[in-house]
Amino acid sequence: MQPTNDQRLWMYRQMVTSRHLEERIETLYMEGKTPVFNMAKGPIPGEMHLSNGQEPCAVGVCAHLNAEDVVVATHRPHHIAVAKGVDLNAMVAEIFGKAGGLSGGRGGHMHIFDADVNFSCSGIIGESLGPAAGAALSRKMQGKPGVAVAFLGEGAANQGAFHEALNLAAVWQLPVVFVIEDNAWGISVAKQAATAVPRNDVRASGYNMPGVHVADNDVEGVFAAAGTAIARARDGQGPTLIEIETSRLAGHFMGDGEDYRPEGEKAGLQSRDPIPRYRQQLLEAGLLDEAADTRLVGEAHERVEAAIRFAQQSDFLPPEAALETVFV
Amino acid sequence: MTATTATSSRKLTIARAMAEATAQEMRQDPSVFVMGEDVGPMGGVFGNTRGLHEEFGAERVRDTPISETAFIGAAVGAASDGMRPIVELMFVDFFGVCMDAIYNLMAKNTYFSGGKVKVPMVLMTSTGGGYSDGGQHSQCLYGTFAHLPGMKVVVPSNAYDAKGLMTAAIRDDNPVVFMYHKSLQGMGWLGTEKGATVATPEESYTVEIGKAAVVKEGQDLTLVSLGAGVHHCLRAAKALGEEGFDAEVVDLRSLVPLDRETVRASVAKTGRLIVVDEDYHSYGVSGEIIASVAEHDPACLKAAPRRVAYPDIPIPFAPTMEQWALPNADKIVAAFHQMLHND
Repeated sequence: MQPTNDQRLWMYRQMVTSRHLEERIETLYMEGKTPVFNMAKGPIPGEMHLSNGQEPCAVGVCAHLNAEDVVVATHRPHHIAVAKGVDLNAMVAEIFGKAGGLSGGRGGHMHIFDADVNFSCSGIIGESLGPAAGAALSRKMQGKPGVAVAFLGEGAANQGAFHEALNLAAVWQLPVVFVIEDNAWGISVAKQAATAVPRNDVRASGYNMPGVHVADNDVEGVFAAAGTAIARARDGQGPTLIEIETSRLAGHFMGDGEDYRPEGEKAGLQSRDPIPRYRQQLLEAGLLDEAADTRLVGEAHERVEAAIRFAQQSDFLPPEAALETVFV
Repeated sequence: MTATTATSSRKLTIARAMAEATAQEMRQDPSVFVMGEDVGPMGGVFGNTRGLHEEFGAERVRDTPISETAFIGAAVGAASDGMRPIVELMFVDFFGVCMDAIYNLMAKNTYFSGGKVKVPMVLMTSTGGGYSDGGQHSQCLYGTFAHLPGMKVVVPSNAYDAKGLMTAAIRDDNPVVFMYHKSLQGMGWLGTEKGATVATPEESYTVEIGKAAVVKEGQDLTLVSLGAGVHHCLRAAKALGEEGFDAEVVDLRSLVPLDRETVRASVAKTGRLIVVDEDYHSYGVSGEIIASVAEHDPACLKAAPRRVAYPDIPIPFAPTMEQWALPNADKIVAAFHQMLHND
């Protein structure tokens, strides 16, 4: 399955948008956190898990999804949220904890919920799968269009929730796709030190569903694998497991010294940054020239800057608003 | 028990009352469905889905794999997508394998969305011991669930309340944990408390979540309990009546929201409070009830409040040990005598 030219440019634009967002968050996050790093300080306090390098996973999957489709993401959700079409202003305001945020600041960066585009995420490893399976069950029972996609990291494939949900989805033939972003590290523990199989897609065979592997963080490889899986799901043929070999160009979280990485690994990953690679691919294919690229990147940056301005200008809710919306 | 104006009312067990409420809601709302272990043709290990599979079929009454994390997580996903799942955790003791789906997803997604994502689901689960099922199949854990914000918690003591609370829970746009005590279920193989099987109207009705009931009025003492404990209290009240003391019995019915007003009003009248709870003694419902009175108006208390609760031990198997540890009417009467003695 090949993307159309429009889809190629769409994927590139989403990747550029997401990356710029992460780079701007990185800078803003460090405000107030130097010279002494204190996670509670600055305009964006708390943990921050940046998605730099993992953009191909998000765009290659979400290129096949509409607003009605359901996505449940992880503690590292920004790239997926951007690609799913989450309201960028409200999302960035949420990351700042502001009134204009998706939940008025009650959730924060690990708890992004945008019901308008059926996006949610959880900060708990492996907890995207059950809810995605349930949303898929809901669509199947209601006869409503739409599929569900759960994103997870490679470390989550060692959680019980992973195995339970794969089995449930297969036994009920649910329209759901499980997408593993294998960035090779569970914080500081390498995949090979934690996972009994070299590739998690082989685990699909234990649950009687197709398992597909995408090597080398390849945007169009993800697009092809996800396209087939999502079409299968839409067609009532049940779930698929996809594992994507991706790269985490940042630390696990901001403040991570990354001392666990072997010498030279980071430089190697950065030299294979998927965004310049895809840009080059599009230039060579004649879909993009320098002027068009400059324009596209400029527009993407401006979208992010506008969202940041929106967030910065938004007020905080009064603190006692914390008491609201526990129940509806 | 609560008065009823029903035209057609028969005595039902709690199990039958739960199944009837579920069936009535399923008939009028296609988004309601049931899933859990053995809820299908078997009708639930504790009888509370009996007849549903026959009427509604395997699509809406779904037997699940033994995968509580997956299917409770799935219920959260389905509830967020327009369905109203009723999901069964067979024994509340099993929460250890799936609590994340319950307290981190079910109970928090509404808050994390600023109220924009509703999670209208019912988690029904059996509680309680007294039949030597050992320490992993006999717990109540009321306080554990009620402690964690974001989920309503109800605990019926009789079939009338069970039906009305179940109907209310299914219609609620929030997650509701429906905790039913095994000794009240009316299962032949589990000794059943007779007082739980009461007149229950055939037509649909709700019992408001968050409202306690004064099930016996009295002047001298307030007994507060929930679930099976209510029946211990009623027996104790009868025994105390024979001694010339007039006990009031409050059935909490809901733990979240907790009807503190009804408890406070009763204690303001009687001046004496004993809380009866089959859940563990420390950090639980009994302490919360006493605190709710004490921090509001300690002057209303004529004597130090007392609690008859489960000791802080894993539940033992041997009937001699288990029965020794459980609350019962004799212990409540003894607690009252102690209270008088200390006055």
